[in-house]
Amino acid sequence: MSSVRQEGKDKIIFVTKEDHETPSSAELVEEDPNDPYEERGLILPNGEINWNCPCLGGMASGPCGTEFKDAFSCFHYSKEEVKGSDCLEQFRAMQECMQRYPELYPQEDEKSSSKTSQDSTEESGANSTSASEQDSNTSQPDTESTAES
Amino acid sequence: TRASAGSCGREHDLIISPFFDNSCIPVDHLLTVSLFSFAFCLALSCSLSVPLSCACCRCLMHIPAADSTPASLKVPSHSPYLLIGGGTASFAAARSIRARDPGARVLIVTDEPDLPYMRPPLSKELWFSDDPSVTETLRFKQWNGKERSIYFQPPSFYINSEELASAENGGVAVLTGKKVVHMDVRGNKVKLDDDTEISYDKCLIATGGVPRNLQVIERAGEEVMKKTTLFRKIEDFKSLDNVSRNAKSITIIGGGFLGSELACALGRRCKTTRQSGLEVIQMFPEKGNMGKVLPEYLSNWTTEKVKREGVKVIAEALVKSVTCKDDKLEIHLKDGRLVKTDHIVAAVGLEPNVDLAKSAGLEVDSDFGGYRVNAELQARSNIWVAGDAACFYDIRLGRRRVEHHDHAVVSGRLAGENMTGASKPYWHQSMFWSDLGPDVGYEAIGIVDSSLPTVGVFAKATAKDTPKAATEKSGTGIRSESETEDTATSPVASVTPLPPVAHKDDYGKGVIFYLRDKVVVGIILWNVFNRMPIARKIIKDGEEHADLNEVAKLFNIHED
Repeated sequence: MSSVRQEGKDKIIFVTKEDHETPSSAELVEEDPNDPYEERGLILPNGEINWNCPCLGGMASGPCGTEFKDAFSCFHYSKEEVKGSDCLEQFRAMQECMQRYPELYPQEDEKSSSKTSQDSTEESGANSTSASEQDSNTSQPDTESTAES
Repeated sequence: TRASAGSCGREHDLIISPFFDNSCIPVDHLLTVSLFSFAFCLALSCSLSVPLSCACCRCLMHIPAADSTPASLKVPSHSPYLLIGGGTASFAAARSIRARDPGARVLIVTDEPDLPYMRPPLSKELWFSDDPSVTETLRFKQWNGKERSIYFQPPSFYINSEELASAENGGVAVLTGKKVVHMDVRGNKVKLDDDTEISYDKCLIATGGVPRNLQVIERAGEEVMKKTTLFRKIEDFKSLDNVSRNAKSITIIGGGFLGSELACALGRRCKTTRQSGLEVIQMFPEKGNMGKVLPEYLSNWTTEKVKREGVKVIAEALVKSVTCKDDKLEIHLKDGRLVKTDHIVAAVGLEPNVDLAKSAGLEVDSDFGGYRVNAELQARSNIWVAGDAACFYDIRLGRRRVEHHDHAVVSGRLAGENMTGASKPYWHQSMFWSDLGPDVGYEAIGIVDSSLPTVGVFAKATAKDTPKAATEKSGTGIRSESETEDTATSPVASVTPLPPVAHKDDYGKGVIFYLRDKVVVGIILWNVFNRMPIARKIIKDGEEHADLNEVAKLFNIHED
């Protein structure tokens, strides 16, 4: 049972878990997915990339911002079966740039040792990618319709 | 606690982490980001680690610290984007401009010696650090356990001012130790304190403010002034840290956010072995801590919490005069009490910096102070204002001026967007937070003024709960203290009969609504986290709700 108290202009209510179990009757205004004022997520309603998304941190604005934008744009619009496989140049340029700023983009040393196993890495990578692509096909409708959180 | 809340406890400025930690990526981004990161790894046959791990949402970025050696001091004669002030709003604007205008050239001019940094840790996290060299490193541990620097970016992020004009992809240059003293709006240029001029295409004024002082201290003479700290910048943090190691007694004058946070930080420090001899006093005219923000019952509860942090709280204290006697300060209160102390920290508000208003011919707001700007943060053509110095029109809540970190981020970002042609009004409501030591915290949004009527909905402790069990379950660590809380003094008006167990007033978890003309204009989330989006939504809607308990249900306050 909830208890209510009034202290002057301030109302104080104590509620138990049970008190709050019944669904709320409060009505919220329906969201407009195309509201131009709203803060947007990473992908805008028109399908473009929101470079100002807080989720990108400084990636689009730092010294390698241009390279990052080129690589990510290419990937985003890539229609290849292996998404982004037509963007190797952009990825490489991005990596080269990032290597010049180790303070901003530290590298993990242990991961760069597998030059000889390059082919096998790409193979297993390809398998995994097509698997996740399948996932993406099924879940994409959900992704697109999710309101910005 | 925030840590047990799961993903980013504080919303805003989530950082994608393609290669490590997916818990902070919003669901609708996750797939895009993980596919991108995988493709990236695939293309390079090795994984590139980009340290964008989940940062506390209060901070703009997670980047390893570096020293603060500023970039070159050569002054360029022109910059397409000129940002006056080198604080949070300015940095957020710079980032926004660079994100939207490819290859933008941005020049930040600041009179401070430091590159842009964030302010909240100066009165919070930095004081909790175990590292004895924290005043040098200026690194702190975020709520998620990861360490970072207070500087938004290390020096390598910025380019030299000389290179600004020629850099192929543009960049952000910072001119430190230079003050803009004159603004020529007709000529689109400013003059610095060394007489050099910089012309601009678009200009942002983000000059923040200067701490206010008490008149009685200003009039008290040099001896008193030397033993007084006005707290705002890195140098103030270093100075106060030094004082706290040598003084026997420090008195904080002011009962708001800054004063209470510093009091708790110093009080907590004196509870540890290092500073066991330090007396921490906090005095203010209100009846309790945060008296202008929290409704009285909660302000009282908070004051008890502050006292448990080892602070001697003197409420309803008005300072009449301050003198220096035998190398100690004597604070004479109007009610006759005398407080002797070694050092004073005055945390009595901020004076927005509008020095350029006169030369620029810009309007200053007489109610709230600061430069008067419209809903899109524009003062005049080509001139925007953001952060503490901006008195802006909030479409939902009316004209206001906000002095919080997240507002500096939100308004700085918005100004940057509008400087690059967006024409968007202030719409995404900023939030703020405060911690009373590392165990208790609240987040707030909108107009949170204790003079407004409020409705507080709190989770009730059941008869089955033991204080210890409740503490462990909720992680708040408050229940054990609530046994000795004073109960409310006002008569009780029960709608339903109280349960047989007479519970003490235990404001462990809850949500408080602030009302203006029956509409919720402000919300405090009291020890509940991860709920800011729903709070923001309620304020945005601006609807009248008949029963706020029903609205409170949306917050699931009983869950972690």
